[in-house]
Amino acid sequence: MDSLAAPQDRLVEPLLSPRTQAQRRLKDVDKQYVGFATLPNQVHRKSVKKGFDFTLMVAGESGLGKSTLVHSLFLTDLYKERKLLSAEERISQTVEILKHTVDIEEKGVKLKLTIVDTPGFGDAVNNSECWKPVTDYVDQQFEQYFRDESGLNRKNIQDNRVHCCLYFISLSGTGRLRPVDVGFMKALHEKVNIVPLIAKADCLVPGEIRKLKERIREEIDKFGIHVYQFPECDSDEDEDFKQQDRELKESAPFAVIGSNTVVEAKGQRVRGRLYPWGIVEVENQAHCDFVKLRNMLIRTHMHDLKDVTCDVHYEKLPRAVHPADDQVKLTQDSRMESPIPILPLPTPDAETEKLIRMKDEELLPRRVALASTTYPEVQFLYEAKALRTVLSPQVSSPEPNTWSAASSPCGVSGGATNC
Amino acid sequence: MSKGLPETRTDAAMSELVPEPRPKPAVPMKPVGINPNLLGYIGIDTIIEQMRKKTMKTGFDFNIMVVGQSGLGKSTLVNTLFKSQVSRKASSWNREEKIPKTVEIKAIGHVIEEGGVKMKLTVIDTPGFGDQINNERCWEPIEKYINEQYEKFLKEEVNIARKKRIPDTRVHCCLYFISPTGHSLRPLDLEFMKHLSKVVNIIPVIAKADTMTLEEKSEFKQRVRKELEVNGIEFYPQKEFDEDLEDKTENDKIRQESMPFAVVGSDKEYQVNGKRVLGRKTPWGIIEVENLNHCEFALLRDFVIRTHLQDLKEVTHNIHYETYRAKRLNDNGGLPPGEGLLGTVLPPVPATPCPTAE
Repeated sequence: MDSLAAPQDRLVEPLLSPRTQAQRRLKDVDKQYVGFATLPNQVHRKSVKKGFDFTLMVAGESGLGKSTLVHSLFLTDLYKERKLLSAEERISQTVEILKHTVDIEEKGVKLKLTIVDTPGFGDAVNNSECWKPVTDYVDQQFEQYFRDESGLNRKNIQDNRVHCCLYFISLSGTGRLRPVDVGFMKALHEKVNIVPLIAKADCLVPGEIRKLKERIREEIDKFGIHVYQFPECDSDEDEDFKQQDRELKESAPFAVIGSNTVVEAKGQRVRGRLYPWGIVEVENQAHCDFVKLRNMLIRTHMHDLKDVTCDVHYEKLPRAVHPADDQVKLTQDSRMESPIPILPLPTPDAETEKLIRMKDEELLPRRVALASTTYPEVQFLYEAKALRTVLSPQVSSPEPNTWSAASSPCGVSGGATNC
Repeated sequence: MSKGLPETRTDAAMSELVPEPRPKPAVPMKPVGINPNLLGYIGIDTIIEQMRKKTMKTGFDFNIMVVGQSGLGKSTLVNTLFKSQVSRKASSWNREEKIPKTVEIKAIGHVIEEGGVKMKLTVIDTPGFGDQINNERCWEPIEKYINEQYEKFLKEEVNIARKKRIPDTRVHCCLYFISPTGHSLRPLDLEFMKHLSKVVNIIPVIAKADTMTLEEKSEFKQRVRKELEVNGIEFYPQKEFDEDLEDKTENDKIRQESMPFAVVGSDKEYQVNGKRVLGRKTPWGIIEVENLNHCEFALLRDFVIRTHLQDLKEVTHNIHYETYRAKRLNDNGGLPPGEGLLGTVLPPVPATPCPTAE
């Protein structure tokens, strides 16, 4: 930075007093200061205004404390009107997908949280393919997002893709994953970030928890399941953070306990469960990994989960999702060639026509400006309100930059005349 | 089956293969000598003492089956019940053991002695039950095993040259482990109990009860009881086999209040208030297995071992076995099956389990 200072200044410097020197140095810094270091703050402010959205899926057999955990994590009760089915009613039940959306605000930051529940999973006597409704749902969301992204109006795309799936491994003494668990995780590990959890950890003593986690990790490796990996922290992070990160990685899968009741323990009111032999505190790190899970999910890794969903899982999909669209082989390369995908357009219905017209009107000024750099007449026609529309460049045409513009009285065109 | 009044014990004693009187809590035995002050005293009541001596010499069999999904603490509970390592735990962290693809039946026998009485205990484990993705008809191997034991006993009975004491491998009691979801029974639980409650004595047990608070526990138990009733599942002690009012009131109390027992098992001891107790040590407290405030293990143990052990065997013999026997004989045209009896040969055991009597 200093080498950019004018040579005269450098000569003058040693003659100035220290105070003036300091002032001078500050001004130099000011000169060199471009100012893009404030970008994160700008992004932050914009995001806070816009708000975040996050979709979380909870899956596992019924009765493992999924709803209670969601309640404890987000401190909202989404299941007030839930009716629990009896065993006989459950015999003929199929797996459903239920979505609950709730808007949470904290310190001015808005979060639109969607919880996707999967009641009926793993409950039947015959659970073959019981994860199919779930994979169908995830695929649907990806497809929907793809359509929205390739669509005309992209201002308000709703991101309903599932960002994270908390999978509850059922009560197990030995850590052997059940076939249902393996089946589910293998069906979804390439589509969603799976975070396995050990449910109802208050029935386990610390020695058992340790062995169980080891065993489950082994089993996950053995079956080749790709669960969500916490990203490596940069080498220049401070030791504290690195230590936290290490602990996080070593405690996976998290052994959690949830509670929607507040009990009195040692004079304090805590979230917990009251037993005759003691009180389990949900937020006590010595009792369970709830705090670790909450921090990971909400405070540190939420953005990473969304990123991985966008960059990794979503990118893998379009090929799988649209095998029939031969014209739309949206690989990385073709994206460069045709920024607007040439979709096989069906004859548009009235609604779509209206949308197309609206979009055209929106884009017209920009197109005019672009065209008038080459053909100034276009600008003149536009101002005279004689221009109806400007057509986009035909990429497949033999002549590059063939523009054609149509207007009411007569057409003005660069290449082909159209009068 | 005898429905005699308690006073006429002679009738009962002679017609049963197994001694009939229900063991009462320890009462000092009367001296066998004749009391000169009581005119007309015959001494019939000394037969109890004679039976007791005989039983102590011969010992007796008890076969208990445990059924439930893996990881519910079945082996631990059985070990806790009999205070010895009678069941090898699957949680021995053996790397090679996999979840079996079909339900296996593993019977392990031990001889336990206490107070001069020998018991040949057989624990029948059913690994693989309810663990597959498709669990349809996973109870069939279990039903088949139970019927096979009845068949074995029947064959021995029908033999001309019978053994003095027929080895009894019939399943006297089946502990069914319900997962503590806190919601209700699973469809698999219902299916199993519907099919097997007519063939064997089922005692439903709520496993890993340390995962539920007191309110959750009582709510869950109520719901389970209601579901079992609605579905017409008669678990042991069955209402229809209550012999007299005494039995009925006692059993009613157990049926309507305590069952299904919510249990916790443990084979580790800890020091609590100066005593050594069996329990589980968690960061928030020690769960005492035998403390009635913590869980109902003590009730289950007393029920199965201290008060109803003999009754379990009797109901198995007099009702379940007789039902099976009647069906088999009927299938054979009313003739007793067996080799060498008028040239008739025992018809083969059907490949599919015998349809249970309605």
